Amino acid sequence: MEEVVKVEGVTKAYGSLLAVDHVSLSVKRGTAFGLLGANGAGKSTTIECILGTKRADSGTVSILSLDPRKDRRRLFQKVGVQFQGCDYQAEIKVSELCEETACLYMAPADWRGLCEQFRIGDKTQLPVKSLSGGERQRLFIVLALIPNPQVVFLDELTTGLDARARRGVWKILKELKDGGLTIFLTSHFMDEVEALCDEICILKKGRAVFYGTVAQATEESGCENFEDAYLKLSGEGIE
Amino acid sequence: MKTFCTLLKNEMKLNIRNMNMVIFAVILPLVVLVILGFLYGASPAADGVDYTFLEQSIGALCAISICAGGLMGLPLVVAEYRERKILKRFQVTPISPGMLLVVEFLIYVLYALVSLITLLLLSRLAWGVQLRGSWAGFFGSWLLTIFSTLSIGMMVGGIAKNAKSASVIACVLYFPMLIFSGATLPFEVMPEVMQKIISVFPLTQGIQLMQTTFLGLTVEQAIFPVIVMLCVTVVCSGIAVKCFKWE
Repeated sequence: MEEVVKVEGVTKAYGSLLAVDHVSLSVKRGTAFGLLGANGAGKSTTIECILGTKRADSGTVSILSLDPRKDRRRLFQKVGVQFQGCDYQAEIKVSELCEETACLYMAPADWRGLCEQFRIGDKTQLPVKSLSGGERQRLFIVLALIPNPQVVFLDELTTGLDARARRGVWKILKELKDGGLTIFLTSHFMDEVEALCDEICILKKGRAVFYGTVAQATEESGCENFEDAYLKLSGEGIE
Repeated sequence: MKTFCTLLKNEMKLNIRNMNMVIFAVILPLVVLVILGFLYGASPAADGVDYTFLEQSIGALCAISICAGGLMGLPLVVAEYRERKILKRFQVTPISPGMLLVVEFLIYVLYALVSLITLLLLSRLAWGVQLRGSWAGFFGSWLLTIFSTLSIGMMVGGIAKNAKSASVIACVLYFPMLIFSGATLPFEVMPEVMQKIISVFPLTQGIQLMQTTFLGLTVEQAIFPVIVMLCVTVVCSGIAVKCFKWE
């Protein structure tokens, strides 16, 4: 199968702190990949090095066979991104933010349909700042899907969503995945990772301490369920 | 092109919703015009000249809006977008930084244009102010002034570390230029020493040129302000584009 995301030996240090230490991974078309780890383990920095918003000290990255830094404008026609902690213009309305995002792409998806799908279809005339945390999070997933992407990066996908909304988001993402979308996500919810991800990588202090499937992680750690396995492998459970 | 128009439309809407620029770039110049109009009416600018004080002031009044947009609006918007990571969101889309800067740039050109039109209309209707020079000359000087001032603003927005330092730099540039370049206090009433000092501001040069061309006076040293403003435009916008950072 075709490798959509290919990362080899990416390393990034902030001063003397090694945030990402020789991370290599690959994601095949139509699969979902989960990048896991405790807060500060290097997940966001890894995503940013992959997307080219941060320059890696060493290592190579390619997405859809393109270099995210050199071929930025061509690549991001086909890639959707939801960053953690990104903001929006102070007074902007949902419809304006969607419209402004859609206009950047040659063949954007219908954002009204996406808003309906993510149950914020009745909120499009409201200012973004008046949405609840969960609604805003869903809006940012909508924005990541507006490019009609071949691969989507979702950083902390369902943070702030209630149980029902999370299930709703999973269902839509699964359908999109079945339709050929490649998904790269980070998450702190292990049930979500189990439900969505074909392969995972667990980071600890910037290093990959596990790489494989959810079932392999459970097996390798000797734990009964995946959450215990994750805590053991990521070293979060020890302290 | 569609991308450009949608962005311009949306960003313009957001900017108007914010109201700051509507007040400082459109309403304030009109207020100053009305005050000057009531003070001086149609009286001549000096003994023995055939143009009025108001006609002499039109160039300076146009500069209020240019100053507000270029030295307040533009640098603050660019710095704020960077600080709030709005630019970072744009970085993972296909947009080019150049287009984004041109959109923000044009917004302030539009404000200044609205200000120019309203000033000319009101001053003409209320106090019979007439353009005595050539439209081309006046409009050309206006364009030069706005391009040089906005490129300074774009550079400040580009190189400022965060929104706070951008606003400090903007204030340091905005207030002296607004007050001393002749935009609010007439250049003519200032002492000669001060006139010499403030002549280094590109805005002062722009105002002088707009004034001369509006009044249709013979332009003796037009080449100097033109060169100053062209250099400022090229250097500052060059730095702004070269040093552009998404984050």
